[in-house]
Order: sequence, then C-alpha cells, then structure tokens
Amino acid sequence: MNGFISHLTSTLSEGTGFWVLTFIKILLLLFIVLTVNAYLTWFERKVVAHMQSRIGPHRVGPHGLLQPAADGLKFLFKEDVMPAGVDKFVYLLAPFLALTLSLASLAVIPFGPQPLPFPFFGHQINLWITNPDIGLLILFAITALGVYGVALAGWASNSKYPLLGGLRSSAQMVSYELALTMSVVGVVLMANSFSLTDIINQQDSSKYGFLGWNIIGIHSFTQVVGFLCFFISAIAETNRVPFDLPEAESELVAGFHTEYSSFKFAMFFIAEYTSMITVSALCTILFFGGWHSPFPAAPFWHFTHYLPSVTLLPFGLWVIYDGIKYETIWGRLVLPLIGAVITAIGAALLIFPAANEFIQAPFWLLGKVFFFLFFYVWARGTLPRFRYDQLMNIGWKLLLPVSIVNVIITAGVVLLRTKP
Amino acid sequence: MSAPLIIFFVLAALAVIGAVSLILQKHPIHSALSLIVVMVALAGLYLLMGAEFVAAVQIIVYGGAIMVLFVLVIMLLNAGEEERTDFSKLAKFGGLPLALALTGLLAAAMVRHGSSIPNLETPGALAPTGQLSTLLFTTFVYPFELTSFLILVAIMGALVLAQREKS
Amino acid sequence: MVPTQYYLVLSAILFGLGVAAFVFRRNVITIFMSIELMLNAVNLSFVAFSQSMPATNAHKLDGQLFVLFVIVVAAAEAAVGLGIIILTARNRQSLNVERVDLLKL
Repeated sequence: MNGFISHLTSTLSEGTGFWVLTFIKILLLLFIVLTVNAYLTWFERKVVAHMQSRIGPHRVGPHGLLQPAADGLKFLFKEDVMPAGVDKFVYLLAPFLALTLSLASLAVIPFGPQPLPFPFFGHQINLWITNPDIGLLILFAITALGVYGVALAGWASNSKYPLLGGLRSSAQMVSYELALTMSVVGVVLMANSFSLTDIINQQDSSKYGFLGWNIIGIHSFTQVVGFLCFFISAIAETNRVPFDLPEAESELVAGFHTEYSSFKFAMFFIAEYTSMITVSALCTILFFGGWHSPFPAAPFWHFTHYLPSVTLLPFGLWVIYDGIKYETIWGRLVLPLIGAVITAIGAALLIFPAANEFIQAPFWLLGKVFFFLFFYVWARGTLPRFRYDQLMNIGWKLLLPVSIVNVIITAGVVLLRTKP
Repeated sequence: MSAPLIIFFVLAALAVIGAVSLILQKHPIHSALSLIVVMVALAGLYLLMGAEFVAAVQIIVYGGAIMVLFVLVIMLLNAGEEERTDFSKLAKFGGLPLALALTGLLAAAMVRHGSSIPNLETPGALAPTGQLSTLLFTTFVYPFELTSFLILVAIMGALVLAQREKS
Repeated sequence: MVPTQYYLVLSAILFGLGVAAFVFRRNVITIFMSIELMLNAVNLSFVAFSQSMPATNAHKLDGQLFVLFVIVVAAAEAAVGLGIIILTARNRQSLNVERVDLLKL
C-alpha cells in the first residue's frame, strides 16, 4: 500500500499530475457553472417578476429557491419527442454542439491573478484552466462555431417555423459577429496582446483606481464606444431581448428550438445562459478592469479591502432575520442556515487577512460579472424587441461602421501616445 | 511514441476520416459537417505546429463563416440526397484509379525527398503574432491591399447576383 | 516530435481525397466543398514548410501569411461561387452537375 501511494505521488508530480489537476479544475468549474446557471434562471424570474410588480417563484422551497431543481426534474421526466422525418444525426447533434461550445468558452477565462498558496503535488494551482497567448481569439473562434448549433437545429426539425427561426437567427449571429470582433480591436491595440491576463494587467488601477479601466482609459484612450458596440453585439449574439425575434414566443412559436423537448431543450437553455455568463465575464475583463478594484492601491485606501466582509456580514444577518420570521417550516430551518454560512464566511475573511487578500481579485471580478448579468436581466424585463429588418440595419449600418471608426481613432491615439 | 506524435496521428486520422466521409455521404449537409470536422482537425494540427494565429483564423473564417455560408445555402436550396445517375462511365471506372495514382505520386515524392527537409530544433515553438502582423504590413502590403480589393469585388459580385430580376 | 514529412504526406492524402470527391460527386455544392478541401490540404503543407525553417531564417513566417491569403481568397471565391450556384439551381431546377453541361437551358 505504501509503495502504491509513493508511486502515485511520484507520477503526479511529473507531467501526468498537470493533466489530473486540469481535469479536476474542469470538473469543478463545470459543477459551479451549472449551479450558477440554474440559479441564474431563478434570479431572472425573480427580478423580472419584481419589475412587473409581482413576486415570481414563491412556493417551491423558501423564496422559490428550489425552483431550478424542480425545473431540472421536470426537464428530465418530460416525454422525449422526436418528430417524424427528421435527420436523426443532425437533430441530436445540434443541442450537443451548442452546449459543448458554450461550456468550452469558459476554459480561457481567468478568475484571479494569484495562484492558490498550496501546490498540487508540485504543480501550481492557477485560478484559470488555461491561459493561452491568443485567449481572446479562441473565444471568438468558439462564438463563430456557435452559429452551427442554431442553424442545424432549425434545419433538422423538418418544420417551417424552426427553419425560418434558425435561418434568421444564424443570419443575425453572423452579422453581429463582425461588429463584436471589431469593437474589441481597440482594447487589443492598447494592451498589445490577445491574452486575457495581459489585457487585465494593462488596465492597472493601482494609481488611479477605476480611471485606469478601459472604459475611461486614462493610460491610453477611452473605450466607451467600443464597450457599447461590444455589449450590444453580444446581446444580439446570445439571442437575448431586445434581439430575440428568432425565438420569440409570439412570433415564431419558439423559433429554432420548437421541436425540441425535455433534455434537448434544457441543453439549449443552459447554452444560452452560459454564453450570457461568458459575455458578462468578457465585458468585465476587456472594459472594466477585470479583477482590479475600483480604488487605488495606496495605503490610504486599504480600508476598502474589507469590502467583501462588509457586504457579506450584513447580508448573512439579514438572511437569518428574514428566515426566522418566514411562513413555512422549511423556510424557518433552511434560511437561517444559509444566512449563518454567509455570516461565517464574512467573519472568516475578517479573521484571516491572508484569505482576505486572496479573495479580493475574484470578489471584484465576480461582483462585476454579477452586475452585468443583472443588466442582461434588467434589459429583458424592460425593453421591447426589435423587428428583424431593424435588427439587421443596426448590425450592419450602425455598429460595424462605428466600431471601425473606433479602431481607427484608437490606433491614432495609441500611435501618438507611445514614445518611439 | 511521444505525446506530439500521438496527437498528430489522432488529428490526422480525424482529418482523413472527415475527408472520406465527405466523399461517401449521400446528403450534402452531412458532407458539409464532415468538411467542418476536417477543418477543425487541421486547426488542431496548426496549433501542434505552433502556428496559433493561423489556427484561430482558420476556425473563425473558414469554419465560422465560409462553412456557415455553405450550410445556409444547402438549407435554402433544400438540397436533397443525391440521385444516382449513370451518365459518365469514364468517371466511374477511371476516376478512382487516377485519384489514387495522383495521391500516390504526391506522397511518394514527399517521402523520397522529404528527409532533406530539416526538422525544427524546437518543435511547436509559438509563432509570435506581432511579427506576423509586422510582416503583413511591410513586406506583404501589396498582396494585402490586393486581397482587400478582391473582397470588395466579391461583395459587389454577390450583391449583383442576389438582386431580383427587374421585370 | 513530428517529422515534417508526415505533415506533407497527410497534405498529399487530403489533396488526393479532394480530387476524388471532385470527380465522383454529382451535387454541385459537394463539388465546391471538395475544392475547399483541396485548398485546406495546400494550406497544411504551407504551414508545415513554414515550421520546418530554422528560427533565424528571415522568411520563416511567410508560409503562415500565405495561408492567410489563401483563406481570404477562398472566402471571396465561396461567396461569389455560391451566388452563382443559387442562380443556376433556380434556373435549371436541379443541383446535379450533369444537367448543367449545356449552355442552352
């Protein structure tokens, strides 16, 4: 037994340990992202409901917190209908392709600059799965391949409405891809690299705080125009309101995923929410400083390092208070428990300064991603949808020329500001 | 059997299977999907050789735009499975041996003289994108401008072809 | 480490398969796709030659730039070619290449 363990340890500290570590990271990230997806649907339903002066999911578990679990079980137990006359291989390939590509794009997103303080059998545990030199291009490659999921789903369903929805949706995605890639070129020019960590490091906010972020860009040039083009194109790419005509319920039944039921529809659903998360992460990384805090790093601002605890502690206490007075028994049991866990995490951050320093970067990154997700949901609850010709006009006649002009002006400013 | 060699054989097998499937599939949409598999396998091979920018451009442009165009046209034209025609006997009986002969000739030429091509000392060294772009705008600026003009001509051609007949 | 010959032989095999697809298939869109396969095979040999040069050679990255130009030309050709195919298919009501062999309808 001892010989086996020592053999295992020695193998893991060589090359194979790196693959095992990456595999563990992938499993962990998949688990976390799928849970976040599920609760993102809960969050969306709650926020849209409150915007419409109603409550939203309320009965399944305290505050409707078990609603995603109920939805998941429903998806699993629904009858799996396959329409007659479909091309079976392509029909089954399309949701699989959409889901795989959406989840694969999370592999290049960095969550923090410092590795974990303990190594895994001699290998450093970075807070990302991979950090290639062309990380941004890989994200665009995956977005470009994502058109196939929609187009093939529409075609394979052997029915009129999905075909129309799929054709319209794929034409929309291809049109907005151009504006998406062009609006990011300004950021790449300023950072001089395609790597996402390099782009974040260039938006160094240690001296000026949030003024160093690319949206204000005190180091080079402001990228407000680029950000607006990118965000609007990204909403169109992910087929969300106000650009969701191809899958709107009142127009085309349900667009390209009409003929998909139960788990295949769930795959499209998960793919859409995961690409929302990826786009929000990209917005923060490219334009809002990634993991940099909005406050400068001067000693005067050191008190802002306690912000994670200051947000978590009162929130945990409020959850406990709300749970004690809740109507159902389950609520009175579970909610204070959740509140206690949150309070304990907040207190632990206060007690262990090393953990507090480590958690700064992921906290700011995840906070900003959360803000962009809220913005997505806010747009869904508020805006009407565009007509298809208006949509294509905006993509080709407004966003593409504006992003090209942004590239030219940014290139000019970067040229003037770099010392020869 | 080093790891790069294994990866090469896996990707090469994927590419050849995709190409054979392109020939043998009856429905054009399945041929298009096989071609996409070939392109992704080739992008993997470019990554193995260290040409990361070319790999990304291959997937974005070839796999994400050109093949999308093919797939959309197949959907629009509602192309069905191929009908069997018996028009040309020459293609049926002379085609396969001649294609095999061409492949054999090329492969034999590569194998016989291929040992004189030097192998890289540092295999898989990444090609810097900055150097590529500098080269593009200094030595190759003339082909660059010509290809942008070519794209403009292609856009105009596609627009003219897509117009409806003026009756 | 993979010898450069292996990439070149793979490129030759893919090119031969592209020629075989061009000769055998009757659907005009599939024939067009076999042309793209041949272009891809040629791209592979360009990059293989590019990576076989030592790093001190001034022309080391030329092969990869050629690949970019080939991809751009293939894109332009695909756009115009598919436009022509759509019009021809509408006129002749068939995508079979053997019915498109006369100038007269």
